[in-house]
Amino acid sequence: MPYIPHSDADRRAMLAAIGVQSVEELLADVPAHVRFPDLNLPPALSEMEARRELESLARSNFTAADGPCFLGAGAYHHFVPAVVDAILRRGEFYTAYTPYQPEVSQGTLQAIFEYQTMICALTGMAVSNASHYDGATAVAEAVITAVNVHRMKRRKVIISPYVHPEYRAVVRTYTQGMGLEIGDREIGRLADSLDQDTACVVVQSPDFFGRIEDLTPLAEAAHAAGALLVVVADPIALGLLKSPGEFGADIVVGEGQGMGAGLNFGGPYLGFFATREEYVRRMAGRLVGQTVDADGKRGFVLTLSTREQHIRREKATSNICTNQGLVALAAAVYMAALGRCGMRQVAELCYHRAHYARQRIGEIDGFSVGDDGPFFKEFVVRCPRPVPEVNEYLLAEWGIIGGYDLGRDYVQLDGHMLLCVTEMNPREEIDMLVAALEEMTA
Amino acid sequence: MTEPLLFELSRPGRCATVLPALDVPPTELPGNLVRGELALPEVSEADVVRHYTRLSQMNYSVDTGFYPLGSCTMKYNPKINEEMTRLPGFANLHPYQDEDSVQGALFLMYYLQEFLKEIGGFAGVSLQPAAGAQGELTGVLMMRAYHLDRGDAARDVILVPDSAHGTNPASTSMSGLRVLEVPSDLRGNVDMGALEAACGEHGDRLVGLMLTNPNTLGLFEERVEEIAALVHDCGGLMYGDGANMNALLGIARPGDLGFDVLHYNLHKTFGTPHGGGGPGSGPVGAAPSLVDFLPGPVVEMDEEWSEESLPHFTFVSPQKSIGRMKAFYGHFGVMVRAYTYIRMLGAGGLRRVAEHAVLNANYLMSQVKDLYRVPYDRTCMHEFVCEGIVPGAPDVRALDISKRLIDYGFHPPTNYFPLIVHEALMIEPTETESKETLDAFADALRRIAEEARADPDLLHQAPLSAPVRRLDEVRAARELILRWEG
Amino acid sequence: MKLDQEARYADNHEWARRDGDEIVCGISDHAQESLSDVVYVELPEEGDEFEKGDVFGVVESVKAASDLYMPMGGKIIAVNEELEDAPELVNQEPYGAGWMIRFAPSDPSEFDDLATAREYEARIAEEEDEA
Repeated sequence: MPYIPHSDADRRAMLAAIGVQSVEELLADVPAHVRFPDLNLPPALSEMEARRELESLARSNFTAADGPCFLGAGAYHHFVPAVVDAILRRGEFYTAYTPYQPEVSQGTLQAIFEYQTMICALTGMAVSNASHYDGATAVAEAVITAVNVHRMKRRKVIISPYVHPEYRAVVRTYTQGMGLEIGDREIGRLADSLDQDTACVVVQSPDFFGRIEDLTPLAEAAHAAGALLVVVADPIALGLLKSPGEFGADIVVGEGQGMGAGLNFGGPYLGFFATREEYVRRMAGRLVGQTVDADGKRGFVLTLSTREQHIRREKATSNICTNQGLVALAAAVYMAALGRCGMRQVAELCYHRAHYARQRIGEIDGFSVGDDGPFFKEFVVRCPRPVPEVNEYLLAEWGIIGGYDLGRDYVQLDGHMLLCVTEMNPREEIDMLVAALEEMTA
Repeated sequence: MTEPLLFELSRPGRCATVLPALDVPPTELPGNLVRGELALPEVSEADVVRHYTRLSQMNYSVDTGFYPLGSCTMKYNPKINEEMTRLPGFANLHPYQDEDSVQGALFLMYYLQEFLKEIGGFAGVSLQPAAGAQGELTGVLMMRAYHLDRGDAARDVILVPDSAHGTNPASTSMSGLRVLEVPSDLRGNVDMGALEAACGEHGDRLVGLMLTNPNTLGLFEERVEEIAALVHDCGGLMYGDGANMNALLGIARPGDLGFDVLHYNLHKTFGTPHGGGGPGSGPVGAAPSLVDFLPGPVVEMDEEWSEESLPHFTFVSPQKSIGRMKAFYGHFGVMVRAYTYIRMLGAGGLRRVAEHAVLNANYLMSQVKDLYRVPYDRTCMHEFVCEGIVPGAPDVRALDISKRLIDYGFHPPTNYFPLIVHEALMIEPTETESKETLDAFADALRRIAEEARADPDLLHQAPLSAPVRRLDEVRAARELILRWEG
Repeated sequence: MKLDQEARYADNHEWARRDGDEIVCGISDHAQESLSDVVYVELPEEGDEFEKGDVFGVVESVKAASDLYMPMGGKIIAVNEELEDAPELVNQEPYGAGWMIRFAPSDPSEFDDLATAREYEARIAEEEDEA
């Protein structure tokens, strides 16, 4: 029996100490007519049999490690240095509980304090929490925070249509009981939509199409109307690009998956959340703070916990309890291992290679890449054939995972593909993609 | 034992990672959009490894010792699960890949859905919620959507027992609904009289009742079926907080007890690791009446098993789905671990998990109840609550007992929860602990009770042998230092 | 347990004291003791208007965050800005330097509905006996 250490002798001794004859007696409170259901589950496997089954399932998939991958759209094939998993596999980290007893959790607490510091450095903000579930829920929590900052007196939220479609959907799900008016407007027409009832404006940069821009005018317009500016950022891009804090953002959120989490078919990922000092008490999620112990030694504790669900209950800033502790640790190890120079280098590789790819693809007959404008890592390509057809061809004939079909989310972009190029795509892979597309239309 | 911060170890010019040189012609950078400084550490790979290894050595963990944490189910985390989730054929899958290229992953998700349906007695499952609290929010939103769908817009009240976990009322508030607290009776059950009164007075405004069973006192609700009938009779729904499923695996199915929707905690019941604060996973099961409201997408089999081929799977969105709870499909990496766990246990193994969890808790309670009062004179399920009070030692509280346990090599139990027990210590041994461990823990509690009477100051000073002594939490909250500033 | 004999006391342990036409308000010594070390006080803005029993703020310690309720209806004239940097004033001088808000009452007669110091003291003693 796996993982259960009891011998028959143990069970007998324990039942005797309790004063019952059998375990069934301990379950007498369970109504007899529903007790001990026959669960229709497949027979138990030994470890080696389980391994065989799982390996077979895994092998049947084609992955980003099996061929060139040019798919992004919110989940990215980025480099994960070996040191990340080496640390994550330490049992003292991954089998530890939430650090509610700080005296025996200094490892976790200090690691999160360092993570918070590094997120602040990356985003240009003053405080960061210990994580949200993912980028999408971090945006939803940012919207809720902004509404709370305004003490529920402002009910309008403006979200750029170029924020990731699934993030916008999650904001709607999360706020469906709050009586808010959520509007998706073009950034260009934003000034018209901002008014005294706007709690916040949410934009993404690089946006869902990879475009980047100067957010200063938007920050000024939002602040003039008394609204908060929420910026959804890409941490890999922030190795190169100006931080949202420098543009005047009030809350910076995003997806930290690119920093050491791997693709993992969509999760677990990492939502980061950083904001101004004045909003720290409205911020949801755990916070680690520095203090001293009884001997005057530096130590770390969870702080401002009274905002959280286990104390504040129905008035909590959020219901979040378990967050993404180990994934935040992965991101911290990643940021430590890449460091100041490495993060810049990764970002530059993404930037230059994506530009190279876009230029070469733009030269292929039948493909067009639209107007020039600054972008990072991703760009839009109009294809001569439906995107699913292009991707089927790329996969079947060349073993290449193609880009994202924008027609799924934007009706006017049917036939347009979002292509992503990262530091994991050497020039040969880009050239192979170009050759494949050329041959397709030849 | 203090470990310097990464920034204190940093030295200009150090770089841990070697990256390839640029192999394409460079493009001009957009000058006004490029950052000037990036204040991240500069350390070598050895620095990184030593730093984090030393940090890890300051942590307590399941791999080092026993966690008697009530409501957390800190069972042993099987190592095979760690290997399976890291298989390249799972770890390198992009969520937006064509479905035909990821059928192995969809197979796993589909059958995990099926297993959880079977274990809980539900008609549908969504694996999307990222954690228990998110599962709760999902369930409450589903109940709310159900009523609105039937044209019943007057319902805005959720009943929550006073013993409930804080996430219950917090999730209710997030959904825009009101919490009405229901007291517990002297046997630790929901007070039926109070519940009847609440249903009588608020029946037509009732969205539902959120119930944990067994409850946070570790006690099975003796009249759970009556409770369900009462709530259903006034048109409300039954939400199940599945945090305590470890007591019910193969013993009873919440769906059979009258629950309409329930969240599971894979990181509790199904042995996936706690990670120092996540990631968890909180799938939600639904009765036939609520299946259409589940968050999507979920996995369906669109081509059956046949002699020639494996089944084919696809993502579909439930017809009246409340929407997405997060991007993508949920914590796939955690699902792989839970799937492996369930495959290795099977129905018989799961039942033995629950039986031994209940056996361990009752045994430990029998060893401890003469030292620390257990307010409810009943058989417990997989956990029990006692009072952290020592007769003859009036200045010693649950907090002091907990901190002193650290000196005996144990992680403290859950403190001060549930709120309805004075100086509560909630103890859940789980089924993976041996009799020797339980005896050693009981022995430590015995000695601490003696110390409390003989030398209470020792307990006030505890812990004495941990990497740090008691930390000044008031100072941490008054002088907020939330990042290193040099 | 210290009391301010000039003040009146509300159900949730707030005290109110008349100062000319205005009312000054804070929390009682008993309240600060049960909270233990106050780490933060969230206060309303000048000009905010409340009714009797409305929540006007939150007082936070490491173990709890408690709502603050208006002992009477009124419009906020001033809040104690010193509490931002020195929340411990609530523990040290709950009736003096630890005051929280000053407001113009909408109905001054509500003051007489509040408990006197002696009535409040008796009530606390009764509660402690029951516990």
